[in-house]
Amino acid sequence: MSAAGLLEGRRICICVGAGGVGKTTTAAAIGIGMAKRGKRVAVVTIDPARRLANALGLEQLDNEPVRISAAALERLTAPDEPPLSGELWAMMLDPKQTFDELIDRLSPSPQRAAEIKRNGVYQQLSSAVAGSQEFTAIEKLYELAEADFDLLVLDTPPAHSAAEFLNAPGRLSAFLGGGALQVLLRPAGLGMRLLGVGAAPLLKALRLVTGVDLLSDLTAFFGLLGGMTEEFNARALRVQDLLRSDQTAFLLVTSAQDRPIEEAVWFRQTLRERGMPFAGAVVNRVNAPVPRGEVPLDLPTGPAFPPDLAARLDACLADHAVLAQRDATNIERLRTAFAGEPILLVPELAVDIHDAEGLLAIHRELFDE
Amino acid sequence: MSPELFSHRLIFVTGKGGVGKTTVALALGLAAAAAGRRTIVADIQGSGEQQEAELAPGLFRLSVDPQSAMDEYLLVKVPGPAAQLLRQSRLFAAFAMATPGMRELLCMGKLWELAQFERRTPDADAYDLVVVDAPASGHGAAILRTPRTFADIAQVGPIAHQAQTIAATLRDPEFTAVVAVSTAEEMPVNETLELRDALATGPDPLELQAVILNARYPDRFTTAQASAIAAALARTPAPADGVRSALSVALTEHARARREAAQAQRLSAAFGPRLLTLPYLFEPAIELPQLRRLAAELSP
Repeated sequence: MSAAGLLEGRRICICVGAGGVGKTTTAAAIGIGMAKRGKRVAVVTIDPARRLANALGLEQLDNEPVRISAAALERLTAPDEPPLSGELWAMMLDPKQTFDELIDRLSPSPQRAAEIKRNGVYQQLSSAVAGSQEFTAIEKLYELAEADFDLLVLDTPPAHSAAEFLNAPGRLSAFLGGGALQVLLRPAGLGMRLLGVGAAPLLKALRLVTGVDLLSDLTAFFGLLGGMTEEFNARALRVQDLLRSDQTAFLLVTSAQDRPIEEAVWFRQTLRERGMPFAGAVVNRVNAPVPRGEVPLDLPTGPAFPPDLAARLDACLADHAVLAQRDATNIERLRTAFAGEPILLVPELAVDIHDAEGLLAIHRELFDE
Repeated sequence: MSPELFSHRLIFVTGKGGVGKTTVALALGLAAAAAGRRTIVADIQGSGEQQEAELAPGLFRLSVDPQSAMDEYLLVKVPGPAAQLLRQSRLFAAFAMATPGMRELLCMGKLWELAQFERRTPDADAYDLVVVDAPASGHGAAILRTPRTFADIAQVGPIAHQAQTIAATLRDPEFTAVVAVSTAEEMPVNETLELRDALATGPDPLELQAVILNARYPDRFTTAQASAIAAALARTPAPADGVRSALSVALTEHARARREAAQAQRLSAAFGPRLLTLPYLFEPAIELPQLRRLAAELSP
């Protein structure tokens, strides 16, 4: 199975995984491969390495997809290959900008949008708060899903845990959608009466804990949002529908080390429980088994290959045999947990993965070329 | 390692995802415990040990969860009936968990509490050192700023007061140290340098006390030796699969070691004596024995 097979019939590919496993590079390599297959592809990256961005021909942060130039594409194509038949577009997510644009879109008037953007709570929310990257990444995906692309490849923000990508946007949406909070802030709200709690003592207790200013800031913020909270809620539901749709595919990216594999197994389970569509996994940087049948190996001899070099080589192979064994065991664990779902293996490569040559090499592994 | 690091009360360990923050945090904890300091390694994932559990003599572990941190806070901080009312109110829980930054503040509050000699948790013993296995750099830097941000936003009231106290602790360089973990790869090094710059800005600038270069690949072959291996590979006929793949593995490792040397050089130029290096462990898994080997490298 190759990455092309995994993505058959899908319009959205979301690369998820623990930090440091190569999500961005994988997303870029998939974009290249699908563009070679004639698709119009947009890759949404989050904070890529500068040289990776340069390899894609992206010189600066831009919050809209930019078409990769012919010159950059030439570097991403092997000399013996025909030019790309599809189109490759790429962008780097700017969370703050995406958030501002969302407010612009949903505000009843430009004045209201400007007021919201000046609000202290909003400024915190849109830049400093954990989860704003996740929230805006999905927002951007939703926006681009309306555009005329055959495939969107989303790289997800760095997080300790892959599940953060599923949880964080919901937390922010719930906040923006008001819900419990609004009931709380509207002193005579129906919710209070239903709960049988007098509003006054609860608000008094809340003031005691939060300080009055925080409460009044929040009240001001929700006052500004007004009817937009309903829009946020409706939007959050549509985004959930999009993520669950059978046009979408979550692609798990992992390395073959213990913790990322554990995380991958667990994340697969989480996706299953939430009814999220799953395409398979990519295991990066796999150490291939090294045959050490005859030790020492039947190496060249002579002055160019002194005995101490042979000894070093053997130590190197012994160490690698440990890693190869570890990787094989971990991949087996993954296979058991996946019960037949596709797993693509990308070996540890000698080339630097952050430049055009590296991207091309990874793309070849993923697409069986 | 300089004994200075271990004289702090709170060590924040952060760095890019996948560089081995947890491993390094535990190794630091083991090293401190071995030096006789009662130490706890805490993360804020809320998914591990929910109670303070002893991992090795003098070394404890805790996973801080914002919900229980909040319950604890209300229990201790809010007087009588108000606390009762708030604890029972699902609305309040929803409010607290949905308010941006509140989860982080509650976690920071708990970490701060762990580092106090006078613990507010009933019957809890004091720790000499709290090592925080913090989230990845971007989020890690944001979390360090949360108390200050809250203190500025809330201004008055118990939360503001608590946030001010925590913020003061964090900016006290005698009390708090921030340590970055990196590998000798381009992105982690970039992120370490960005973290240094991000910490240095804002109302409460912080400095990286140490940078730990984790999992440094060995420099096994000289350039001349690598050429000899490449030449041997070129001469070896294709069917000799074993020999060819063995030679290729060696060349791949050499290329990686060369790339790492260049990245290690960037860290060394930026951090000089504050840079500490831990070797790559060719082991099936990193368990207590492996952690002890790393701890020995970090011992004061």
